[in-house]
Amino acid sequence: MSTVQGASPRQIVVVGNGMVGARFAEEAARLDPAGERAHITVVGTEEHHAYNRVLLSGVVAGDYTPDQIRLPVPHTPGVTVRTGTTATALDTDNRTLTLDDGTHLPYDELVMATGARAAFPPITGVADPDGTPGEGVTALRDLADCRRLLALAAPGAPVVVLGGGILGLEAARGLVGRGMRVSVVESSPWIMRRQIDQPAARILAQRYAALGVAVHSWRVAARWIPGTGLELDDGRILPGDALVVTAGVRGNTELAKDAGIEVEHGIVVDDRLSTSNARVHAIGDCAQHPGGGAGLIQPGWEQAAVLARRLTGTAPEALYTGARPLTRLKAQGIELTAFGQVHEEEDAHGLETVTISDPYGGRYAKLSVRQEKVVGAVLLGFPEAAATLAQLYDTGAPVPADRLALLQGLPTATPDQDREEPTSLVCRCNAVSRTDIEQAWLDGARTREAIARRTRATTGCGGCVRDVQALLSGMQDQTNAPVG
Amino acid sequence: MTTTHCPYCALQCAMHLEPGPDGRLAARPADFPTNRGGLCRKGWTSTEVLTVPDRLTRPLIRKDRDSELVQTDWDTALDHVAERLLALRAESGPDTVAVFGSGSLTNEKSYTLGKFARLALATSQIDYNGRFCMSSAAAASTRAFGLDRGMPFPLTDVGGAEVVLLAGANPAETMPPMMGHLSAPTLIVIDPRRSATAQAALNGGGVHLAPRPGTDLALALGLLHAVRVQGWCDEDFVQDRTTGFETAWEHAAAWWPERTEQVTGVPAAHIRAAADLLGRASRNHSAYILTGRGTEQHTKGTDTVSAWINLALALGLPGRQGCGYGCITGQGNGQGGREHGQKADQLPGYRKIDDPAARAHVARVWGVDPHTLPGPGRSAFELLDALGTDDGPRAMLLLGSNPLVSAPQTERVRERLASLDLLVAADFVLSETAAMADVVLPVAQWAEERGTMTNLEGRVLRRNRATAPPQGVRTDLEVLSALAVRLGQPPQRFPTDPDTVLAELGRASAGGTADYSGVTPHRLASGEALHWPVREKEEPTPHLFLDSFAHPDGRARFTPVPHQPPAETTDTDYPLIATTGRTMGHYQTGAQTRRVPELHRAEPEAYVEVHPDTAARAGLATGQWARITSRRGHTRARVRLTPTARLDTVFLPFHFAGDQAANNLTNPALDPTSRMPEFKVSAVRLEREPAQP
Repeated sequence: MSTVQGASPRQIVVVGNGMVGARFAEEAARLDPAGERAHITVVGTEEHHAYNRVLLSGVVAGDYTPDQIRLPVPHTPGVTVRTGTTATALDTDNRTLTLDDGTHLPYDELVMATGARAAFPPITGVADPDGTPGEGVTALRDLADCRRLLALAAPGAPVVVLGGGILGLEAARGLVGRGMRVSVVESSPWIMRRQIDQPAARILAQRYAALGVAVHSWRVAARWIPGTGLELDDGRILPGDALVVTAGVRGNTELAKDAGIEVEHGIVVDDRLSTSNARVHAIGDCAQHPGGGAGLIQPGWEQAAVLARRLTGTAPEALYTGARPLTRLKAQGIELTAFGQVHEEEDAHGLETVTISDPYGGRYAKLSVRQEKVVGAVLLGFPEAAATLAQLYDTGAPVPADRLALLQGLPTATPDQDREEPTSLVCRCNAVSRTDIEQAWLDGARTREAIARRTRATTGCGGCVRDVQALLSGMQDQTNAPVG
Repeated sequence: MTTTHCPYCALQCAMHLEPGPDGRLAARPADFPTNRGGLCRKGWTSTEVLTVPDRLTRPLIRKDRDSELVQTDWDTALDHVAERLLALRAESGPDTVAVFGSGSLTNEKSYTLGKFARLALATSQIDYNGRFCMSSAAAASTRAFGLDRGMPFPLTDVGGAEVVLLAGANPAETMPPMMGHLSAPTLIVIDPRRSATAQAALNGGGVHLAPRPGTDLALALGLLHAVRVQGWCDEDFVQDRTTGFETAWEHAAAWWPERTEQVTGVPAAHIRAAADLLGRASRNHSAYILTGRGTEQHTKGTDTVSAWINLALALGLPGRQGCGYGCITGQGNGQGGREHGQKADQLPGYRKIDDPAARAHVARVWGVDPHTLPGPGRSAFELLDALGTDDGPRAMLLLGSNPLVSAPQTERVRERLASLDLLVAADFVLSETAAMADVVLPVAQWAEERGTMTNLEGRVLRRNRATAPPQGVRTDLEVLSALAVRLGQPPQRFPTDPDTVLAELGRASAGGTADYSGVTPHRLASGEALHWPVREKEEPTPHLFLDSFAHPDGRARFTPVPHQPPAETTDTDYPLIATTGRTMGHYQTGAQTRRVPELHRAEPEAYVEVHPDTAARAGLATGQWARITSRRGHTRARVRLTPTARLDTVFLPFHFAGDQAANNLTNPALDPTSRMPEFKVSAVRLEREPAQP
């Protein structure tokens, strides 16, 4: 292994100890286990060690305890993690980061992994002007939110989820599993508006209704009345002891913006994951890359891996060129996968689509193909096809000719059916055919053992014992049958 | 009639040998716990190798590299070898001579070969083909349990289980009689292919999970995740008998089923269902997790096995009656062959060569000063790759192995072998590697000599002599003894009688992990089930770990293992994954089975299993010759359309040689711990072979 001779390790400071910041440290520790290339300090506001935010809806559902979603902490000399500490100012001229405990951290390279926070819509009662959630209201972004939610709503209590995106639907599934009475309100024409098409959403909403979750799409909330519920724009009131707000996120970009770094809706980064300041980098939900992908964990982790290779110097030329984000709903009993172009109509730019709609069975599939490549799919209740298509999409491999078989998860029919079938073997291990066994019978073999001695049948894996015995008794019956 | 065991795989089926009507020996199955009276077609036809027309009966020698091999007599051959070895050693030091052994050699031969290398040659450069076989599982078992015995329980136990998970193992094809033990349990088969075993699982109401090659580790982490979330973790077992669960879990925590699905291609719902199946059986202490080469032959093979062991530990399986983790050893003596010193870092009794106490013990048995024993040497592929290089060996002695077909990246291995000053091969036919040798020594086969083998359950077995070797043929022990004497060793140090060697092996292994000191010809002949450790005058050990694991604290260890991608990824030039494996009628490099007419007729040439769509895209129809090209070379194989195949994966058996060798393609990237090459994942492209013979 090559080591960096003579050079002192680079000082890398990571702002944010969430899933992406922690993954950066983990990747860097793997690439540089002795800490010879880089010293990394991770600064995180939360008191906890990093944990898996993606599984918070599972904590709500009771599938996980908070302890069980902890992320690995690298135990290498090169990594230091400072929890319960918030970065307050960034000075890019002097390359220092100021923390709320008054310390100043000098850096050679700074990584922004500040993530995003819940966006509270401007609805009466939902949030105070300073952004604090109102009475009975919570987001679902961190463990504190989980605790707050579970404290607000006991089993049997009504809960309203505001926002029918992925997180809202996962939370609703978890809450109904815990015995809460759940309503979901979505202001768009249908739930998961960005990821799936309307017919799919209709069937998905039916699936939720069957679980006892009432889905109200294209409904705007008017106000939140603590202790009562959520009033909609049509005057209806959905009862709720708690309101879970899952109506989008806002990148935590203030630190970067105040330091004069270019920010649009996120911190703008290029393929090197560098910001407008070459020593400052951004990854995960706070970053805005031309390839998109914010809001999903896989692109964030890929960015962390690329940046770790760049900054440790193990692959300084590594680039992040965008992700092919894929949405996979984690809701017990509902298998939903969606990715790529799902809203375009057939014939647009040579697009061909295969659609299966099965409202009765609660299943829906839409597969979009262009030039033999999968460009998008919505798969509700097609678990095998979802797994296969996701990989075809990811690798850009061509789709099989038999699209229907593919969607159904069936093996493709062999095109040349006329191909020579091997003579039907009874015992594959020893290549013994039915004819061989009949010949052995004619030669006097009357028991399984005698057949085995003569033909070797049944002596391999033993899987054909029953077949050989059936053949034997068949021949026995024939012999015993009255002649004429 | 002689009752003995089969020459091939680690199941070591018992068989009766007696002359048939034509006077030649014929085999038929004998009753024994592992094969239960069964035998596969390789076993039935095994005696035919004894009399193949091209059987070697006289030593061969060539004047120089450009000359043909010609027959010679033993003294000329051995004198020449000894003289050249001594001259090369005088020029370049003792490490200039390498030794390459085999998991097919008996315990006595493996032991003597290790001793021969360390004493007669004084070289550290010895390793064996088991590196390509068991090394990942061995390293992971040692890490978890403090000891590696493929199955730490008798195989017969497995038949009583409710559920058996087979990861990367295809016994229905590779060791059919083992399936007799798997007919009652519900099977969960992990294999990228719908193998015969996967099909058997489905037929029996079990599960087949087909991950993309190179992602088994992610799947094992995903299963651990699902097992815990679904409430199947055996918390008491984890608490009382293991350490390290929480750090191992932190890695599994990142593999929720939906994410595992994206990386492996295995549907999340199937992962959950498999976890429930396994969990319910584990609750009753009635499940086994068994691994094979499919999950082990990767650059992360050791970590992958650790992930399977972690799963077994979380379910509370190891160290209990009726359940457990085991590795299905492949080669006939893959188990014994890795215990007695033909491995670069090992001394007899599964001792470490860098452990001063181990060195002192073995040196005492050998009657030498411990300081004269060399240290650890290169691992198998590294050894092959160093041959003929500036600081690598200039000579190699090869026993029971055919690395020109079995090692990865054939062309590179051929170049290295060709650059040697001296290659000596002991074999009974002119294998592809032996054909490159300067001296070929004709040796006896399994039915022509006596010896012991250790089967996949760690049971030491007796192989008996059924016939005399052909005139002019010597045993490996005789060859090593004759060479040792010519190299200046006292003759009594290298006995040629297998029982004498076994007694010495017993003393050398005494007190070690794999203690054979209680294995005697008498106990073997009595049919006693001698699972090691078998200490002198003590009972054997059919079940290991029931009271405690072999680490000093008595606990099993979870190993924190993250998933990593394979060493090589697909791209537009090499868009498919080639994975290699075995087929029913052939054994390893086919040097034996390709010479048996019945087996050769059934599988005469290389084939490639391809999904019909993938084949159609390459313009290939069934039965046509395909050319498969990787970044390292190409091979040709006849197309077999396989509708159940993954679209991204082609499969090739590796039993064929030359321009049909699957290992022309494979990647010699090594596992950092076990030094196992990545046989199971090569990025390739598929085309029509220009010349359709």
